Amino acid sequence: MIEIGLGHYLTLSAVIFSIGIIGIFLNRKNVIIILMSIELILLAVNINLVSFSIYLQNIVGQIFAIFILTVAAAEAAIGLAIIVIYYKNKGSINVESINTLKG
Amino acid sequence: MLAHSLFFYFFSLITVFAAVMVTISRNTVNSVFFLILVFVSVSILFILIGAEFLGMIMLIVYVGAVAVLFLFIVMMLNISEQITKKTKREGFINNIPAGLIVGIIIFLELIVVVGGWKNKNDFVNLSNSTLNLEATNTHAIGNVLYTDYIHLFQISGIILLIAMIGAIYLTFNKKENVKRQSYFDQIQRDKSSAISLVDVKSGEGIKFDD
Repeated sequence: MIEIGLGHYLTLSAVIFSIGIIGIFLNRKNVIIILMSIELILLAVNINLVSFSIYLQNIVGQIFAIFILTVAAAEAAIGLAIIVIYYKNKGSINVESINTLKG
Repeated sequence: MLAHSLFFYFFSLITVFAAVMVTISRNTVNSVFFLILVFVSVSILFILIGAEFLGMIMLIVYVGAVAVLFLFIVMMLNISEQITKKTKREGFINNIPAGLIVGIIIFLELIVVVGGWKNKNDFVNLSNSTLNLEATNTHAIGNVLYTDYIHLFQISGIILLIAMIGAIYLTFNKKENVKRQSYFDQIQRDKSSAISLVDVKSGEGIKFDD
């Protein structure tokens, strides 16, 4: 309990990952909170990679965490650009009304 | 060791609390602020565990860029009013059972993985590029990132470039009825297309018919 090991960090990462998943389910109407939940999930993955990197004394985990950071930033930028263009066209970003593709 | 565990529990509790508040907050602006709190406390955890370069990069990239981007979008699009106007809470209440079931199942699966990891110590010896304990964290990352992983590094740069081009292209709108400077026309203009020499007879003027 006092000694902080790998398991503590992995548990924290699992908790954040699950909160991200639950957040996607709970906020199905608000696309911005869905994007934020995806950021939380990527953050949990980063915590996993970094804690394993320290535990195994191998730097490669932190390298991959940097790449995940890059991809997360690109994804957030593109997603928010899509939201802006959708709002400009429709005047709202209600997820329920995004059905033009008839998917 | 006691201080380390105290710091770990303190910041991880803050992280979990803020992550919960991100998902259940009624106002989207508050969610973004709690997201910033999550990022700050996780970067502190990274610094605590010894990955100080990644913690600082996290602070710069996530808090400085991504969270501020979210904040700008939320404030620009006037979403918080729209969501509260249109019965957000009903969908929220309806989705709680499914969300909790899926989330708790995934959490239990991850916990099983964490528990199983303790019996799998052979994995440690598989790594060949070990952490150099004398060099600093930044030094070690630089040594590997710019040599063994240079191609992935450049590909990630291209990903960022493509994301930038895509975001600019998506949000760029060309306005009609606005006179703009045309650089190509300006540069291509030369003497033959701009000037015409006319002989003017004395006593007469010049008549342009246009």
